[in-house]
Amino acid sequence: MSTFVFPGDPVPIPPTPGKPLKLGPGLLHVPNADGSDSPDTVIATKAGVLGTNKKRKELWVESNAIRYVPAPQESVVGIITSRSGEGYRVDIAGAHTAYLDSLSFEGASKRNKPNLKVGSIVYARVSLAHKDMEPELECVDANTRKADGFGELKGGFVVQCSLRLCRRLFDQSYFLLPTLGAKFQMEIVLGLNGRIWIKTAEPKTTIAIARCIDAVDALSYGQEEVEALINAMDLP
Amino acid sequence: MPRELEPAIAQREFVLAALKQGLRTDGRALLESRKPELVFGEELGMVECKLGKTRVFANVSATIVRPRQDRPYEGLLTISSEISPMASSVYEAGRASDEEVAITRMLEKVIKRSGAVDLESLCILAGQRVWHIRLTLHFLSDEGNMLDCACLAGITALRHFRRPEVEVIGEEVIVHSPEERAPMVLSMHHTPICITFALFEDSSSPVLDPLHLESQLATTTVHLALNAQKELCVMHKAGGMPLSVEEIMKCVKIGVERVREVSKMVNEALEEDWKGRVVEIR
Repeated sequence: MSTFVFPGDPVPIPPTPGKPLKLGPGLLHVPNADGSDSPDTVIATKAGVLGTNKKRKELWVESNAIRYVPAPQESVVGIITSRSGEGYRVDIAGAHTAYLDSLSFEGASKRNKPNLKVGSIVYARVSLAHKDMEPELECVDANTRKADGFGELKGGFVVQCSLRLCRRLFDQSYFLLPTLGAKFQMEIVLGLNGRIWIKTAEPKTTIAIARCIDAVDALSYGQEEVEALINAMDLP
Repeated sequence: MPRELEPAIAQREFVLAALKQGLRTDGRALLESRKPELVFGEELGMVECKLGKTRVFANVSATIVRPRQDRPYEGLLTISSEISPMASSVYEAGRASDEEVAITRMLEKVIKRSGAVDLESLCILAGQRVWHIRLTLHFLSDEGNMLDCACLAGITALRHFRRPEVEVIGEEVIVHSPEERAPMVLSMHHTPICITFALFEDSSSPVLDPLHLESQLATTTVHLALNAQKELCVMHKAGGMPLSVEEIMKCVKIGVERVREVSKMVNEALEEDWKGRVVEIR
């Protein structure tokens, strides 16, 4: 479904029996003011193409954006810029630096707090994000309070990409990650703020992966072109 | 974002480890520069230079003014190079960052002080009327090495530009419009091209045309300006670690080769653009 919407356009809501519909970026939910039974309206706030994920019942607007706007429950790759009181200030490529409390790690207590250096890379979840306040992060899963992959990322290399590509990479049917995974052995962490962390055994492979991501993002490479690019590289 | 943040520890370690193996993060060789692309605008004197993702747009305009009192036979050349937040959010409009000051100074040296443009040829009526050439540079995108991109865009724009023809009869100055008489090229002595090298602490070889991340992590940056006649116009090295004569001469030799290629590319691009503009009236 590729409907083009402008800011202010009402969006047709697909029927989702049972599961609630999740609204992604670019959409605003306007609940009915008079409390009547007629369905609530959803209005687009950005110009772009409507994207749906029928499996998980998500709806969003795909626009050409590079600047990240924090939204709750999104996983982001951040860089610690300073220590601030009981926590850390983390740069998540948004308009404001986010705050990460020292106790928001798995198994952290007042006596046992993680000691992260300025300049370390963390994978965290946005727990609080209002447009007028600075966002807050947590390095634990919301329900289980376990790390579940969040926390400090050691070594590796961070690559930047557009927001549209990182949303697409989360979709399991998108060709890029399976293509790269078939050729290289790698550890990869996707942040919805346009940052991707890559770790492999050799710098050569990391650079190859970074170049493929950049080619897909900037030059809109498809699967065959990415494979041709990898074959053209001199790899062990 | 008012101030630029330092790169993450992992970024620094990765880039340095890769450099030790002779690799760069975008797959280039250490001494390989990005291929510059020149796009000419509709009007003469408008050029956009793309060096990978770094983009700079140059625009040349000319007006007639009174010359300086101490130099009545020379025209004027001013270069305006303010970096706006369009290039990157770390630049603030109005306040000149360190990098902006360094770029402005280097552009003055390369284009003005090296005598690229023949200022005496811009004189119309000595002491009274001269051409004032204004070169404006707009920095559109910063992915490292904005200086080389800006120099290339500026110099190509100056060569691309045509000023109106002027006729002087006694004390009277008649400016002919481009429709009446074909406009004239700016008389240029030479075409200086800027080359930037970044040097790192534990890596022996310099890196040509550094990316933004590489220039943040470099300990020393060397800027050279050379022309196709193998003349060294400007050498700029501000701070950083000490370099031996051999290392500097190595950079200069690489620069000479690179400038030869770039000069040829600029000439070809200008010729091709000019062919597209010539209209035959039968």
